[in-house]
Amino acid sequence: MAETATAAQAPSQRSDEVMIELRGVHKWYDKFHVLRNINLTVTKGERIVVCGPSGSGKSTMIRCINRLEEHQQGQIIVDGTELTSDLKQIEHIRKEVGMVFQHFNLFPHITVLENCVLAPMWVRKMPRKEAEEIAMNYLGRVKIPDQARKYPGQLSGGQQQRVAIARSLCMNPRIMLFDEPTSALDPEMIKEVLDVMVELAESGMTMICVTHEMGFAKTVADRVIFMDRGEIIEQNEPHEFFNNPQNERTRLFLSQILNH
Amino acid sequence: MAEFVPHPELPPPASSVGVIGWLRRNLFAGWLNSLLTVAALYLVVTALPPLLNWAFFSADFVGESRDACDSGGACWVFVNARFSTFMYGFYPAAQAWRVDLIFGTLLLLMSPLFFKGFRYKLQLGGFILFVYPWIAFGLMHGGLLGLPVVETAKWGGLSLTLLLAAVGCIAALPLGVLLALGRRSTNMPVVQTMCVVFIEFWRGVPLITVLFMSSVMLPLFLPEGVSFDKLLRALIGITLFQSAYMAEVVRGGLQAIPKGQYEAADALGLGYWRKMGLIVLPQALKIVIPGIVNTFIALFKDTTLVIIVGLLEILGMVQNALNDPNWLGFSTEGYVFTAFVFWIFCFSMSRYSQWLERKLHTGHKR
Repeated sequence: MAETATAAQAPSQRSDEVMIELRGVHKWYDKFHVLRNINLTVTKGERIVVCGPSGSGKSTMIRCINRLEEHQQGQIIVDGTELTSDLKQIEHIRKEVGMVFQHFNLFPHITVLENCVLAPMWVRKMPRKEAEEIAMNYLGRVKIPDQARKYPGQLSGGQQQRVAIARSLCMNPRIMLFDEPTSALDPEMIKEVLDVMVELAESGMTMICVTHEMGFAKTVADRVIFMDRGEIIEQNEPHEFFNNPQNERTRLFLSQILNH
Repeated sequence: MAEFVPHPELPPPASSVGVIGWLRRNLFAGWLNSLLTVAALYLVVTALPPLLNWAFFSADFVGESRDACDSGGACWVFVNARFSTFMYGFYPAAQAWRVDLIFGTLLLLMSPLFFKGFRYKLQLGGFILFVYPWIAFGLMHGGLLGLPVVETAKWGGLSLTLLLAAVGCIAALPLGVLLALGRRSTNMPVVQTMCVVFIEFWRGVPLITVLFMSSVMLPLFLPEGVSFDKLLRALIGITLFQSAYMAEVVRGGLQAIPKGQYEAADALGLGYWRKMGLIVLPQALKIVIPGIVNTFIALFKDTTLVIIVGLLEILGMVQNALNDPNWLGFSTEGYVFTAFVFWIFCFSMSRYSQWLERKLHTGHKR
């Protein structure tokens, strides 16, 4: 499959080590069956883009991976640890899994730098000096080191989202989850966030991104997954996925988002 | 091509700025506004001079007994003569310096907290909240370091008011926070139910009943020979009562924090107590500062109710003094003085809360 990738495709750094495995996962909100028999295996370094219409369960699926949502049936194994209601295991997995939200969810009462050092200092027990060095390094990588002393509310949406990415990276996660990271941004700010994400993808991070940015999917994804009504309908490497979708539902979705 | 010439900058019309502009905007903006202005002015003109006359110009300030009061105005001689009992109650006069020392030291300890550059705020705050109350109690009660013992029954006046209010506030806030957290812990139904029952019970009964029960009913249930200090019982009653109110105020703040804040903290692996202590509570408590201070002010004024169990705080001491045959008939002066003292403290608390709100404002939401 890799031969058919476009020239723009970033080099893949995949290995066969399994990072995330979902086996027959079901979830209900009350009586509403939101995830139906999800089976997914993500290997180390793999970049996955999840797309689908709203309400298809894509956000719910990735939120199950760090247990922001609880699944009721099936198994979720992250980095060798199975997610159960055991709080120790949940906290262990959350240390290894970074998440970026649609609405950034920065902590507004502390500065950007404090946002970044908080978790490393309190969860990883890192000394402040070391945590600040790491934070400044990541803030540099997302190109906003000069905003470190400001409060989140003083930054633009794009800057806030880049801080949110840096904050997650400060925990040195093995996996990054992105839940529609550009959906709440003004059009001119989307690119600055996508640039950071592309750079991260090129560094070999295992990533799952729920997004409607098909350009991003074509450039960096190893695999694109299409979901509808709580099920994975189709998955393929991006070139095949966009040029030769197999399922009728996928075709309809793609025609709606690509041709307007 | 025509050259662009900027329009010259003109001053605004005289009627919209300065004294005239201010008067127009604030006092005479429309006929109703003007009417209210005139009516208010009339009230001030008719009420203020007699009031000032009574309180200051024809009042008597110095003297020994009621004979000094012959000017027809307020007799502040009464307040003057009984001032030390209003402040210290029946605390022995020779030992009153201990009370002065306690409150003086407290003010001194608190003053660095108002300076921006002071670096050990957290340590000093912790000392004032957790260590100093014990030192203060030791000094007030005595029995250590050769200080004579002054039983709590002799404590009174403003110092008792401040003691009740301070202990009530300091103890009720953390208890209220815990109750609020408990009431919101939907995944622990037992804890939640216990918190709901506690809060609803204490909010459902009047404070006066609580105090009465603590002083009259409680001893009946205790085994013979076991006696609780009356002041301690009142303090526990006030604290539990106020913590229920505090819990509901804090719960309001917790509900105002967006779900995303909880999720972001969870996603970083912070765990429950760190999530609450570092992310949620700092934001929630900041939002409800007005509500917290409101509760504190209400508590401060509610301390007067301890008179029902025979503890004489400042209002109790004033009423006690009014029964003195030498000073019959000066109740107006006594109550005006008490009201003034309460107003000073409550107004200071209100100003402090506004200052705190401004200081903690990071300017922007989310």
